[in-house]
Amino acid sequence: MIMKRLLLSAAALALSTGLAHAQFTDGKVKIGVLTDLSGTYSDLAGQGAIVAAQMAIEDFGGKINGQPIELISADHQNKADIASGIARKWYENEGVDAIAELVTTAAAVAVREVAREKGKIDLNSGAASTPLTNDKCSPTGFHWTYDTYAMAVGTGDAVVKSGGKTWFFLTADYAFGHNLQAQTERVVLANGGTVKGSVKHPFPNADFSSFLLQAQASGAQIIGLANAGADTINAIKQAKEFGIVAGGQKLAGLLVFITDVNSLGLDIAQGMVLTTGFYWDMDDGTRAFSKRFAERMKGKMPSMVQAGVYSQVTHYLKAAAAAKTDEGIKVADKMRELPIQDFFAKNGKIRADGRMVHDMYLAQVKAPSESKGPWDYYKVLRTIPGDEAFQPLSMSTCPLVKK
Amino acid sequence: MMTIFGIPTQALFGQLLLGLINGAFYAMLSLGLALIFGLLNIINFSHGALYMMGAFVAWLFLNLLGVGYWWSLLLAPIVVAAFGILIERTMLSRLYKLDHLYGLLLTFGLALIIEGAFRQLYGISGMPYAVPPELAGGWNLGFMYLPIYRGWVVVASLILCLGSWLLIEKTKLGAYLRAGTENATLVQAFGINVPMMVTLTYGFGVALAAIAGVLAAPIYSVNPLMGSNLIIVVFAVVVIGGMGSILGAIITGFMLGLVEGLTKVFYPEAASTVIFVVMSIVLMIKPAGLFGKGN
Repeated sequence: MIMKRLLLSAAALALSTGLAHAQFTDGKVKIGVLTDLSGTYSDLAGQGAIVAAQMAIEDFGGKINGQPIELISADHQNKADIASGIARKWYENEGVDAIAELVTTAAAVAVREVAREKGKIDLNSGAASTPLTNDKCSPTGFHWTYDTYAMAVGTGDAVVKSGGKTWFFLTADYAFGHNLQAQTERVVLANGGTVKGSVKHPFPNADFSSFLLQAQASGAQIIGLANAGADTINAIKQAKEFGIVAGGQKLAGLLVFITDVNSLGLDIAQGMVLTTGFYWDMDDGTRAFSKRFAERMKGKMPSMVQAGVYSQVTHYLKAAAAAKTDEGIKVADKMRELPIQDFFAKNGKIRADGRMVHDMYLAQVKAPSESKGPWDYYKVLRTIPGDEAFQPLSMSTCPLVKK
Repeated sequence: MMTIFGIPTQALFGQLLLGLINGAFYAMLSLGLALIFGLLNIINFSHGALYMMGAFVAWLFLNLLGVGYWWSLLLAPIVVAAFGILIERTMLSRLYKLDHLYGLLLTFGLALIIEGAFRQLYGISGMPYAVPPELAGGWNLGFMYLPIYRGWVVVASLILCLGSWLLIEKTKLGAYLRAGTENATLVQAFGINVPMMVTLTYGFGVALAAIAGVLAAPIYSVNPLMGSNLIIVVFAVVVIGGMGSILGAIITGFMLGLVEGLTKVFYPEAASTVIFVVMSIVLMIKPAGLFGKGN
C-alpha cells in the first residue's frame, strides 16, 4: 500500500516536472553541425562552421527557457550516404533537433530527405543548388546563404551589362556544375548575350590548360567558370599563365569564396568580379563578428558559409525560444514568421519554399596596391536586393508554394 | 584550315604539347616509383604525399626564410629526401623480407598521416606560389601560346629522366645497385655497403618526387591533396609501363600524357578515366606491362 502511494506520488512528481518542460524533448535543445571537415570544402565550411555555431550558441546565452543548448559535429566527407546515415542517427538516437551547414548538394539533399521524414529541421548554408528550394523543398528545410540562382544573377548580370556578351563555360561535371551553368546561361541569354560553347571537365581536375585552350579558341569574350574550390583556383591560375586574360578574354568565377581568393593571392585574382552573401569588412557588425571569429580561427576571416551558419543557428534558437518548443514543424513555422535581423542579413525573411531572402553583394577583388593587409580583398560594387537576387516564387517548383 | 576529326590541326598541336607537359609530371613521378619498386621491392604509396611535401617545403622556404624558387629547387628535394631516408631507416627497412603488401600498407598509412598533418596546419584551399620572374611570360608559337614555365618543366623533366636512366643503366654505381637487388649477400661480400645503397636509392626516388612538387608549385595550387589526386594515375602509369622498368616508366609517362591530352579534346568527360582504360587493355594483352620483363 505504502509502496503504491509512493509510486503514485513519484509518478505525479515526474508528471509535474515534466509539464514544466513538456515542450522540449529530453530537456535540451541539440544542434548538429554536419559538414566537410577534411575535404575540398573544409576551408570554406568545416571547422569554421562549427566555431560559428558555437559562437551563436554562446551569444544566445547557452540556454533556451532554462534548457541547455548542446552542439555536436561530424564530417560527412561530401558523401551522401555518410551524411544521411549520420543525420538519421542524430535525429533518431541522439536527440538532435536541427542540423546546420550541410555543404555539397548531394549531402544536403540526402539529409533533407531524412529531416523531412522525421519532421526535423535542416539548415543549409554551404550547398549551392537550387533544387533545395524547388523540387526538394520541405516544410522544415531552409536554405540560407546563397544559391546558384543568386550567383548567376549577381555575376552573370553584371558581366553581361558591362559588355561581356559572348560566353564559354568551363563546367565541373556533376550536378552542381550543370546547375550553375544552366542558371548562368539563362541570365546571359535573357540579357541579350550568347553562349559559344562549353566543356565539362572531370571533378576534381588539376590541369585546365587543355580546356582553357578550347575556351580561347572559341573566341568568347567571357570564360565562365561553373565550378568551385580547387578547380576554380587552378583554372584561374592557369588562365593567367596561358595569357588568356592578357589576350583580352575575361574570366567570370561564378562561385568564388574568400578562401579561394586567399589561396590565389591578389596578384592573380585582382579585378575579378564575384557575388557573395557576406563580406567581413562591410560595417561595424560584420567586423565585430569577424574579429571574434578570427581570434578563434588562427586569424582567418569567416567565409559567407561560416557567417551564414552563425545567422541560421541564431535564428533557429530565437524561433525555438519564441515557439517554446523544439518540435520541428512548430519551430519552422516560427522561423518563417520572424524576420532576420543580424550582421549577416539585413531585413532577411524566409519564404514558403524555405529560401532565406537577404541582400547579396557584387564585389570586385582588390589589386595588391589597394589591399591594406591579409584578408582585405574585396571592394563591394553593388548591393543586390534580396528580391532581385533570388529566384522569384512565381518560378518555384516547390509544392509548398501556393500559386 | 586543315582539320582532323573536326578539330583544327593547329589546336591539335597545342593539345598534344599540353599533353606532353602533363606527361612530364607523370614521367618524373612514375620514374621515382619504378626506381623504388625495382630496387627496394616497395610499392611506395607515400610518393604523392612526398611530392606534395616538395611543393610545401618550397612554399615554406619562400614565406618563412625568403628562399626563392631556384634554391628551393635544390634544397626542398634534399629536405624531403632526408625525411624519406628517415622513414626508410626506421620503418621500411624492417619490411624488405615481407610481402609487398606490408610496404604498400605502411606507405599508404604514412601518406594519410602526412596529408592529414599538412591539412591540419594549412587547410585545404592551398597556398599561392608565383612563377619565378625569369620564367614568367610566354612564347607565341603560332598554334598556341606556350608559357615559358611550362616549357621549362618539360626540359627539366627530360633532363632528370634521362639523367636517372643513364645513372642506373650505364654507370658503375648503377651496376652495383642492380647487382645489389639481384643478390645482396654476394655484392656485400665484395665490400659494397648494400643497405646504405638501398637507403640512398630510396632518398633519390623521394627527391625526384619532391623536385616534381617544386616544379608543380607555380602551376597548381599548393595544397595538401595535390599528391593524392595524382598518385593513382601515376600508379596506373607504372603498371602500364611495367613495374620496376625505369625506361618504361619514363616513356609511358609522356605517352599517357599525350593520350590524356587528346581525350580532353575529343571527349573531355572521359579525361580522368582514359588512363585506366588503357591500363585495363594493357593488363589483358601484356600483364607484365609494356616494358616489363614478365617474371
